Amino acid sequence: MSENQEEMEDVWAAVLWGLRIWLFLIMSLIMAPAMFGFSLGISETYMTILVKVLEWATLKIQKEKSDEQSLKTSASYGLIQREAGSMEKELEELRRSRPKPPVGGDFTLSDCLYFYRKGIESIVEDEVTQRFSSEELVSWNLLTRTNDFQYISLKLTLVYGLGIFVRYCILAPLRIALACIGLTWLVIGTSAVGFLPNSSIKSWLSEWVHVMCYRICARGLSATIRYHNRENKPKKGGICVANHTTPIDIVMLCNDGCYAMVGQIHGGLMGVVQRAMVRSCPHVWFERAEMKDRHLVTKRLKDHVSDKTKLPILIFPEGTCVNNTSVMMFKKGSFEIGTTIYPVAIKYDPKFGDAFWNSSKYSMVSYLLRMMTSWALVCDVWYLPAMHQQEGEDAVQFANRVKSAIAHQGGLVDLQWDGGLKRARVKETFREQQQKKYSNMVVGDESSNSD
Amino acid sequence: MGSRASTLLREEEIEEIKKETGFSHSQITRLYSRFTSLDKGENGTLSREDFQRIPELAINPLGDRIINAFFPEGEDQVNFRGFMRTLAHFRPIEDNEKNKNAAPAEPLNSRTNKLLFAFRLYDLDRDDKISRDELLQVLRMMVGVNISDEQLGSIADRTIQEADTNGDAAISFNEFMKVLEKVDVEQKMSIRFLH
Repeated sequence: MSENQEEMEDVWAAVLWGLRIWLFLIMSLIMAPAMFGFSLGISETYMTILVKVLEWATLKIQKEKSDEQSLKTSASYGLIQREAGSMEKELEELRRSRPKPPVGGDFTLSDCLYFYRKGIESIVEDEVTQRFSSEELVSWNLLTRTNDFQYISLKLTLVYGLGIFVRYCILAPLRIALACIGLTWLVIGTSAVGFLPNSSIKSWLSEWVHVMCYRICARGLSATIRYHNRENKPKKGGICVANHTTPIDIVMLCNDGCYAMVGQIHGGLMGVVQRAMVRSCPHVWFERAEMKDRHLVTKRLKDHVSDKTKLPILIFPEGTCVNNTSVMMFKKGSFEIGTTIYPVAIKYDPKFGDAFWNSSKYSMVSYLLRMMTSWALVCDVWYLPAMHQQEGEDAVQFANRVKSAIAHQGGLVDLQWDGGLKRARVKETFREQQQKKYSNMVVGDESSNSD
Repeated sequence: MGSRASTLLREEEIEEIKKETGFSHSQITRLYSRFTSLDKGENGTLSREDFQRIPELAINPLGDRIINAFFPEGEDQVNFRGFMRTLAHFRPIEDNEKNKNAAPAEPLNSRTNKLLFAFRLYDLDRDDKISRDELLQVLRMMVGVNISDEQLGSIADRTIQEADTNGDAAISFNEFMKVLEKVDVEQKMSIRFLH
């Protein structure tokens, strides 16, 4: 009996030692560089290896399935060619076969063919619903979630199996540990800084604590972030707007600067983090009831930006996460404040992991676990030149102008549709607009009618 | 996502759909992927709500009629076969030469069948005639509140008068075809697939 007990104790001692060494390694190899902003090159080596492996895998898959694969590469970019003509042009073509337009109402039985075809086209492929689910990849990236496993060759299967082992058994525990450490340090650090009296030292320390924690979190996701045009970085007293794909966007942006967040106060763990953060520097948190009051929201934002010592506010005007292939309608609220807007475009590389948070499919926790078991997170962040509202431009036009600039830079499709269509039905007014447009083609413009 | 969905569709089914509709293998798998992405309930069938979730279809004035065309008489769910059968009407006619397995009987996307599909969108009660009321219903859907009842009525009357050749104050399928004989139905009622 006692021999067994001794063995157990030995095993326990060994495990504890292993843990201590592991923690020490994490602290020195990952946390210290994160705290002081230098890099030991471990992530870079991992990424280089990963890129080479994925390229090799792509080539192998293409060789084995040469004809079927070439179909798939073109298939990812659209199933049908949509007719691009306007309603007026299409209806004129349909009516061309008629002898002369009669008096009292220009209608013919073939008019409806225009609506039928448009309807069927939108059933086969539409611009909106595809934005609320993950992007399809051109070629498989060795993750089960992207594509069911297909046996292609022995080597590929081995790499795939090795990938699963590496991701779930080595990387995931490491990343989870880092994320926990990062969050804990954020809470402790910001609370500690909160005790200091307001001074430039406090702001400097607060920024340092924030950036450090976000760097640790970024390591916790194996994130590689490339910043472009850093001379356009948002300055104090302005509002930074960006396209929204995932809550991790915040980590991506805050690795390179400090922002004031806007949002609703949550309960639970998030609430603890939020309350700690606001102790060290001002963020704009709202109670749930306050968020509905648009005037209150606008006023608080205005107060924040007029104080030039406060950090630039970070806002995602789409209001919801979309899948990073397009930019959807920007809500005009942030563009009515009347201050400088700093647009930022964020584009993730889907090869290394799908960053999109499909909130109807995954809860926050399962989403984070999926992120931590992906290969890595690679993204490009472009800082665009500051924009101001111009003379004679209303908030909606200004918002659309900013949106186009972001879409153009990030290589994303610029859509007019509302991201809220993820959950809500489209408003009746849009259908009424279509009906009005068609009526004009039947009876002519109202202004030209004598009655 | 594409490959994941196609594993649920058996090869025999794909072959049957190919024979019946004339779509190619890759078109069928892509459309199956689309079908499953619309099927939020994940039960292998689509309901009317699933279609109405497509914003571009919801703002189409004739959207409800088009959705109706997918559902057989009195049913509320459409499966993938039914989905494909309705979409087959919009296959381009020139694709038929490419598909050597085309059925000997008249294919679903022939000119006549395309026109029959359009005719049935008017003729709700399936009595093979478009009556004045049925025409008025479609007109009202297309113009909304922007045209008065009287004006709409006179437009309907005039349309029936021009088309009606046998004096029964309604438009039969033959009369419908005659009105549309100069229209390039093959092009206007076809969707161009990219491969």
